[in-house]
This record gives sequence, structure tokens and C-alpha cells, in this order.
Amino acid sequence: MQFTVETTPAYAEVNGSGRLNMVAAPLLREVVAAVVAEGNHHVVVNMEGTEFMDSSGLGALIGCLKIARQAGGDLRIANVQPQVKMVLELTSMHRVLNPYESVDAAFPHA
Amino acid sequence: MKPFATRLLIVLTVILGVNYLAWRWLDSLNWSAWWIAVPLVLAETYSLIDVGLFGLAMWRIRERKAPPPPADATVDVFITTYDEPLDLVMTTALAAKDIRYPHSTWILDDGARPELADLAARHGLGYLTRSGDWADKPRHAKAGNLNNALMVTQGEFLLILDADQIPQPDILDNTLGYFNQRRVALVQTPQYFSNVPADDPLGSQAPLFYGPIQQGKDGWNAAFFCGSNALLRREALMQLGLAGYVTEVERGVHRALAGARSAIRKARRSPEAADPLVAGLLDEVEAATDAAREKLKAGGSLSEITYDLRTKVEGAVRTLVAGNFAALEADLAEIAAMELGSELGTPEPDQLDGAVERMSQRDWSPLGALGSVQAVLDAVSVERPDEAQPVMPLATISVTEDMATSMRLHSMGWESVYHHEVLAYGLAPEDLKTMLTQRLRWAQGTIQVMLRENPLAQRGLKLGQRLMYFSTMWSYLSGFAAVVYFAAPVIYLTLGILPVSSLSTDFFIRFIPFMVVNQLLFAVVGKGVSTWRGQQYSLALFPTWIKACTTAARNVWLGRPLGFAVTPKARQAEGNSWHLILPQLVAIALLLVALVVGAVRLATGLNEPVGTLVNVAWVIFDLLILSVLVKAVRYKGFTPDERNVDAVHR
Repeated sequence: MQFTVETTPAYAEVNGSGRLNMVAAPLLREVVAAVVAEGNHHVVVNMEGTEFMDSSGLGALIGCLKIARQAGGDLRIANVQPQVKMVLELTSMHRVLNPYESVDAAFPHA
Repeated sequence: MKPFATRLLIVLTVILGVNYLAWRWLDSLNWSAWWIAVPLVLAETYSLIDVGLFGLAMWRIRERKAPPPPADATVDVFITTYDEPLDLVMTTALAAKDIRYPHSTWILDDGARPELADLAARHGLGYLTRSGDWADKPRHAKAGNLNNALMVTQGEFLLILDADQIPQPDILDNTLGYFNQRRVALVQTPQYFSNVPADDPLGSQAPLFYGPIQQGKDGWNAAFFCGSNALLRREALMQLGLAGYVTEVERGVHRALAGARSAIRKARRSPEAADPLVAGLLDEVEAATDAAREKLKAGGSLSEITYDLRTKVEGAVRTLVAGNFAALEADLAEIAAMELGSELGTPEPDQLDGAVERMSQRDWSPLGALGSVQAVLDAVSVERPDEAQPVMPLATISVTEDMATSMRLHSMGWESVYHHEVLAYGLAPEDLKTMLTQRLRWAQGTIQVMLRENPLAQRGLKLGQRLMYFSTMWSYLSGFAAVVYFAAPVIYLTLGILPVSSLSTDFFIRFIPFMVVNQLLFAVVGKGVSTWRGQQYSLALFPTWIKACTTAARNVWLGRPLGFAVTPKARQAEGNSWHLILPQLVAIALLLVALVVGAVRLATGLNEPVGTLVNVAWVIFDLLILSVLVKAVRYKGFTPDERNVDAVHR
């Protein structure tokens, strides 16, 4: 899986394309930890190109959420694909990681 | 033929057992000696239930043959260690490296020993210690060690090995095939010990458990995880962790918001609240927590509720602190205008912003003075701030994480497999003290799980699975029954008090057939393996089992520590260990005294011959049970030439 990062004044956008599975999970955690360490406390993970996610991937997102919150910011997800949406709902995780329609909708006031 | 014979024996055992026990309850109790009659019949009822649960497992004994392994599975081999000698860890690690099926080998060193890190690097092995997240957080022993490693590794399947469990090269080839079934989450193989002499004085081998019992549980899809020599599917563990995470977060946020009102009320009565700044802040916090509670009731998203609450409270703190500074600034300006404090100067706006920012931060915030309110706000969170990792795949509710984890897997609908082939050779304790510590820990962990997540009440488990888990927990209650079994014959022989109304043919025709069929059942399912050692220890270690029950109950209900110790792998210093079995020595003394007194009472006509005969036989049985401990105390450790070890140490 490939990750790219774009920073705007309001938030950092992490783009992940491919499969967010047990192989990619530790990598995602590293990428977001680095982004937050650089001072971008508000992070949007744009999942437009993420066609598949397993429990390890979801676990990594939770780990990233913790990193962002502890820095005083937040992590949000946007543009989720049907399979990812299904995983979120199957695990009731959408209650914690609310999927936003778009990157802009994720931090509307930021 | 074999299953039919087994099942016939099970049916007969249960029928004869119920027949005997019904008579005991309805028609045999000596109520004038109720204080021993009732405990004895309860102990016998306990034992019959134990036998019934055992029979239920034997009903479905399942022998499996592993399908061929998949071609391209990814596997992480985890070797967990805390303080075991380095050469022992490395022996296991290098054997793990030599496992034939492609895999990555990792040493999970909870002791964070630099020498071990060096050794691992030199041999090209992975080496992991706890991440910084674990500082000042509960470590959760082995479960925590594994959870830490799960976050930084990638294999689809995990082989878990204790530091002393030397794996065979074909351990993965012979087990991975089971995972072709998509719902299989666990494959457990036996734990076998290479440093145990043939007569096994410490009862280390568990041929009945790693054999018919696990095979029987397997028949009910309830073979369980025993902590080592097992393979797990990462996806299943992660799902378990996620489900646990959502539950914990929901529970935590609900509980915190429910307690917010009373925390704020309490804070209002505190001396700090006399400050109008703090009082105003409390109003804001109350409004914000009320709003959060409403949103939660309406089913709002937890991430938004927690984020909004925190943002609002932070905003309120900042506004109030800034207000205070504005007043301060005005005062300073006035002072300056009076030309009295010109040297003080007026703070620059930049400086002021910085000061407001700093004073608003958590540690200096006016809320910091109000511990209870701050605690509520901290708990309204999706980060599980009390834990090192938000997602904890392996259960941490017990010191034996394994059983709790597999029970949760089963209740989520996953399947397990028991593969009956020794694929790793471990080291058992070689002295009584270490052995007792280990048994105490297992028993405590099992009772903890029984009290925290009782299988009879867990959602998602099938009836058979509930009973299989319960059966193991039930067997750890044997300490109480043992005390009664030791006391009853002593009471008769010394005082002449019988717990049954009469020892007539009524007793013998019911009791003897039951006993005979029961022992026959053991012999048939044990396939000639000696189960006697196990029977001895299940009664002889009664102080350990009772201590496990009382300490675990105090731990679960009153939050007291267990006094838990890691089982040492190296033999403890030589020394006299008779003091470790003091209660049993007292029991032995009482039984011997009872024999003498019983003989005297018989000779003087105070006791009757039949009662004496039965109780003397009973005392002899009790002494045979307890005699294993004499052997155990005198055991000097394993000397390799006692058996062929070539097969073990390659």
C-alpha cells in the first residue's frame, strides 16, 4: 500500500491507495505518527483509493486516532469505499470512526 | 467399537452415579451429624457433576488429521520471555528459526535485555520489547507482551511459544492446513516436557488433558488456547481486540457522563469553587456534559461527542483564563498610568497570548484543582487513556490470558482445533516450590475467568461450549471437596460419628458399581496412559486450589492483588521444602492417628466392624493420594540419563 501526505493550514491529508491490511497497518501507524510529530494535529485519512480493509487496518486507524487525540487534535476518515464501510459497521466501529463524505466535510470549521 | 464402548461406559457411569447420589440425598443422610453429613453429600455431588462433565467431553472425542498446509501463508513465530536464562531462550529461538515452513521469528523480550537483543541481531532474529506507550500503564504480563508485538508485525498467522518450548521443524507444516477452513482461529498442540522422569513425581505431564480432554472439547468446538504451542489467526485476534475496544469505549463514556453531574456538584462544594473563575468554568462544563449526554442518548457518534466536549471545555478554560488576564492587564495599565509601576511595563499582546495558552493547558488549568471533574473529562474519550494500546487483542482480564481469549473467540463464532501430536518439547518445573507456584497461577487465572466472564452467562457460546469451559473451571473447585474427603473417615474412626445413617447393603450395592464403572471409563479413555498422577494431584493440592479460589475471588470482587509471580524456569535453590506442604502433612498425621484410634475403638467395641473397615479403606486411599507429595518433596530434579532424550535435544 502507498501513502502520500498533503498538508494544508487546517489539516494534513493522508492518502492511502491499495489494501489496508495486516501488512500495511504498521506502516500507516508510522506515517500518521510522523505527520502528527511534525505538528499537524488534525489529520484526515482519505480512503478513496483504499479498496479493502481488514481488522488490522482498522486497528491501526484506532492507534492513529489515539496519536492525534493525545496531541490535542483529531483524526477523521473520508471517502470510504463499500467494503471499508461494511467492516466499520460490522464491528460497530463507525460509532467511533465516523466516515465523512469528503475530506472537506471532515474538518468543516478548521 | 471404541466410541460405542466409551459411550456405554459414560451412560452407565451417569446412571449409576445418579442412582447412588439420589439415595444419598433422599435416604441416607445422618441428620444428627449434619455438620459432616451435609458437607460430605455436597462434596459427592460436586464429584458427580465433575464426572458428568468429563463424560460429556468424552462423548465427542475427536481425532483429526491435518490437511496439507497452504502454499503462501505468512507466519510470525513469537517466543515470549521475561527473565529466563539467555541460552534457554536462544535454544528455542534457533530451533524456531529452523522451522521448515517460511516464517519470521521474533523474540518478545519483556525483560528488555540488551544482551538478548545482541544475540538476536547476531542470529538474524527479530527482537521486540514494549513500545514507549507502555510506560506507566498496566503491563498485563504475557498478554501485554503479545499485544505489543501484534501491533508491529504482519504475519497472517502466529505461532506462540514459551521460552522453553523447543519447536520441531515440522510444527507449521503439520498445523497450518487447518486454517484452510476460514472460520478456524486457533490450533492448539500438546505441551509436553522433556525433563520429566517416567514416574513424573510432580505431575507435570498432563496426558489426560493433552489427549482425551482437549479432544473431547474439540468435538464440541471448544478446544481451548493454553498459552503456548498454539497457532492463532491474526484477523480473529484483531477482531476480538476491536470488539473489545468498542465495548470498552462505549462503557467508559457512558459511565463517565453518568457520573458527571455528581462530580460537578461535589466540585461546587469544594473551597476552590469559591473563586468565580472556577465557578463559571463549572457552569460551562456542566452545560457541555449535559449536551454530550443528550447526544449519546440520541445515538450520536462517539468520536464527535468526545471531541466536541473536549473542544468546548478547552475553549471555556481559555476564555476564562484570557478574561482573567484582561483584568490583570487593565490593572497593570492603571498602575502604569499612576506612574507607580512603570518599571513593570505592560505585557506585549504576543506575550499575553502565550501566557493564556500556557495557563490553559491541562496541567495548569483551573480545572486541575478539581480532580473529580478532570477525571470525568479524561474518561470521556475514545483513546482508552488508562491502557497502553487502545486495541488489546489478547484478553487481559486474567493472569491466564489464554483461556479467556479463546472463550471470546468462540463466542464470536470462531472455531478451534486441537491437534494431537507433540510438536514442541518444553521444560517443566523441577522442584515442588516452582510447581506449586505454577499450579496456583493456572488455578487463579481460571477462577478469575469464571468470576469475570462466566461461560454459562456468555453470549454467543453454544451450550456444549459453555459446559466445556465450565468443566475446566469446575475441576479447580476440588480443594473444598478434598478437605471433606480427608475429614470424614477421620471423624468416624476417632469419634464414631457416621455421616450416613447406616452402612448396610444399601450403600454397597449403589456405591461399588458406580465406582467400578467410573474407574473403567478412566482406563478406557486414558488408553493405558496413567491418569493416577492427575487424580492424586487434583486432591492432594487442596490448599493450593482453595487458596486460588479465595485469592481470585478477593481479586475480582474486592480488587485486591493476586500476589502473582512468574513461574521460574530454572530450578530453585536446594533446600528443605516440607514446609510447603504443611496442611497436607497435618492431614497425613490426622489420618494416621485415626487409624490407631480406630483400632482401639474397634477393640473396645465403641466402633462397629463394617464402619471401621470402610473407613480404614478410605483412609488408606487418602494416604495413597497424599503420598505423591512425599515423592515430590524428595525429588531432586531431573537427570537426563533417566530416559532417552536424543529425540528431544537435537
